[in-house]
Amino acid sequence: MSQLNRRGLLKTGVAAGVIAATGLPARSAATRGGTLRLGLNGANTSDSFDGRTHSDAFMINMGHGTVFDCLTEVTAAGELIGELAVSWEASADAKIWTFNLRKGVTFHNGKSFGADDVIESLGMHTAEGAKSAAKPIVSAITEMKKMSEHQIQFTLAAGNADFPFLLSDYHILMYPAGMVDEAIAKGIGTGLYKVVSFDPGVRCVVARVDSHYKDGRAGWFDGIEAIAINDASARMNALMTGQVDAVNRVDVKTEPLLRANPNINIFEVTGNQHFTFPMLTDQAPFDDINVRKALKYGINRQEMVDKILQGHGKVGNDHPIGPANQYFASDIPQIELDIDKAKFYMKAAGLTELNVDLNVSDAAFNGATDAAQLYQASAKGAGININVNQEPADGYWSNVWLVKGLVCFLLVWSCNRRLDVLNRI
Amino acid sequence: MGSIFQIILQRLALGLVTLLVVSMVIFVAVNALPGDFAQAILGQGATEEAVTQIRADLGLDQNYFLRYFGWLGNVLTGNLGISFAQMNFASNMGGDQLVGVAEQIMPRFRATMFLAGVTAMIAVPISITLGILAALYRNSLFDRAVNIATLSSISSPEFFLAYILILVLAVLNPVFPSLSNVYDGMPLGEKLNRTMLPALTLTLVVTAHMMRMTRAAIINLLASPYIEMARLKGISPMRVIVRHALPNALAPIINVIALNLAYLITGVVVVEVVFVYPGIGQLFVDSVKIRDIPVVQACCLIFAAAYILLNLMADILSILSNPRLRHPK
Repeated sequence: MSQLNRRGLLKTGVAAGVIAATGLPARSAATRGGTLRLGLNGANTSDSFDGRTHSDAFMINMGHGTVFDCLTEVTAAGELIGELAVSWEASADAKIWTFNLRKGVTFHNGKSFGADDVIESLGMHTAEGAKSAAKPIVSAITEMKKMSEHQIQFTLAAGNADFPFLLSDYHILMYPAGMVDEAIAKGIGTGLYKVVSFDPGVRCVVARVDSHYKDGRAGWFDGIEAIAINDASARMNALMTGQVDAVNRVDVKTEPLLRANPNINIFEVTGNQHFTFPMLTDQAPFDDINVRKALKYGINRQEMVDKILQGHGKVGNDHPIGPANQYFASDIPQIELDIDKAKFYMKAAGLTELNVDLNVSDAAFNGATDAAQLYQASAKGAGININVNQEPADGYWSNVWLVKGLVCFLLVWSCNRRLDVLNRI
Repeated sequence: MGSIFQIILQRLALGLVTLLVVSMVIFVAVNALPGDFAQAILGQGATEEAVTQIRADLGLDQNYFLRYFGWLGNVLTGNLGISFAQMNFASNMGGDQLVGVAEQIMPRFRATMFLAGVTAMIAVPISITLGILAALYRNSLFDRAVNIATLSSISSPEFFLAYILILVLAVLNPVFPSLSNVYDGMPLGEKLNRTMLPALTLTLVVTAHMMRMTRAAIINLLASPYIEMARLKGISPMRVIVRHALPNALAPIINVIALNLAYLITGVVVVEVVFVYPGIGQLFVDSVKIRDIPVVQACCLIFAAAYILLNLMADILSILSNPRLRHPK
């Protein structure tokens, strides 16, 4: 289950980036109007408005981003605010949570929103035989009690101070009770936009509802047309030729070309995605801490930021808390390339030479193979011979990841998750 | 004429056998790829437990023979099955809202046929005309220019041609849109406008073959005695070629056209990806990526059937165009 949890969270970071870019708050007295044409990747023919199955940018953006709402919402500034809930309070041990729901909200088919919808929508994730990436979150709820039409009480198996944060997860969408199947088929939610047409894996058109509780703070377009463009260069082309107004996942390699175009603005958001070379510490030679330290001092981190990320990143410090996290400590000394120290730890491990295989694939992240070659070059001076083993992207996660000693790996998660979530990963 | 129907029936029966063999090859090939649907869909979250669960749900834990013949039995009764991606979440939906492979492929297939049709309407007249003109003015500067142009376009990779066309016709001179996201219900004019760049790319790819075959077939005939006779009668060179040589050169030309039409259906994967054209090629690539065998198999059957039927048509047309074959002794 912890695996599913990780997977769910991994994708959240992506969603946050896209929505931050598309749902930008108005800078000055914004007026409503116009149609936004989006070129998004991550679309599949098997897509549907079933939030439990959402795993990539296209449906996260159209489901969680436009058509449906959650109980809570994380703003662009990283604060947690109510979406379909207006306020909440917890018992002292954070086990019993009472949520007050927003009044006067209606679904796109006219049904009004209330506590029953919350209970049924959350129950979808734990239903017998249901597959949901949010199951670990929802299964922590032992009891859901309807206190009144607009108040609901959750009892958790164990205290969790970040429970309201977890409810902003993009899988946990609110559907109308008693007609969930229909709502999934047609896309009936409470969001700012209602579905006009949806062609899975091809395009999705949504139109603004006339009046909405978010009026004045979001939803500035009359309509949005999302076009599935999975291929990166086709996406950049569409933006360059003005076929779409915005795209996601800008390729860092072509980013300077886009930046040269005066009609294109690029929004860069610091997230918590990071690129790592994990070692299995229960396998020789990585079970020796001195070997691990030698390997850590053998990496030229700044070079990787400059050459692999083209400067769009910061060096990491062998822990998963990045500068976008509220718990980031800037006073931990940065580990840098230090051949003398690497040699010192090699000696401490009783080695003069170390031969290791680094099993890489661009399935882990774009440029992983290049990064491994840079690592190979920088570690050589310390007597560490890295043999870069290029693995096929097909089957990388099943044949290499968690199987071979030293691999490459990409971690992504939403910058707004609290440490609690981090610990569980 | 009776013999033609006999040939058609024979060829259709052979075609069915070919389809069967193709389906077996595809099944074996997809299974030989590393990883399966369960691993592909779970990615780095592929725990032993989750993989086993999905395999059991989809019947992937049964042996190859049972799975293949189960699928074959369904296809013979006209049921192409349900894609793994749909089945994987079947337990979420109660099962009645699942979209079958056939419904999934249909709109994509229509789009691909539309693109193939538009391309054929541009490419076939152009290449035959160019071929005739090249035969007429053979070894002239015009003949060389046409040959060099068409040969260089067929020798360049499709995506390169596609990007050149985007650069020239969409970025520098915005004539056509670079994004071909057509959909059902789009007005025909708009649809044609959006289909133009992929159609032109494909035209550049297929023209050389058809044009050179037309030229060669005609030149081949120009040495025959009956053409010499026509020339001695004082008929103009253009008329000699169009009225006397072309009808006899039709058989090989039709064959080449049919081959290229089949390519327009089965070979459009790269072009569809570059122009974001929602055709069957994109669906096919996406399905191979996640090892969605029912969709892959159905796409392959369609590709194979297109080849078989177009080849059959070419043979029949060349028999009909040749009286000697129509009345065998």
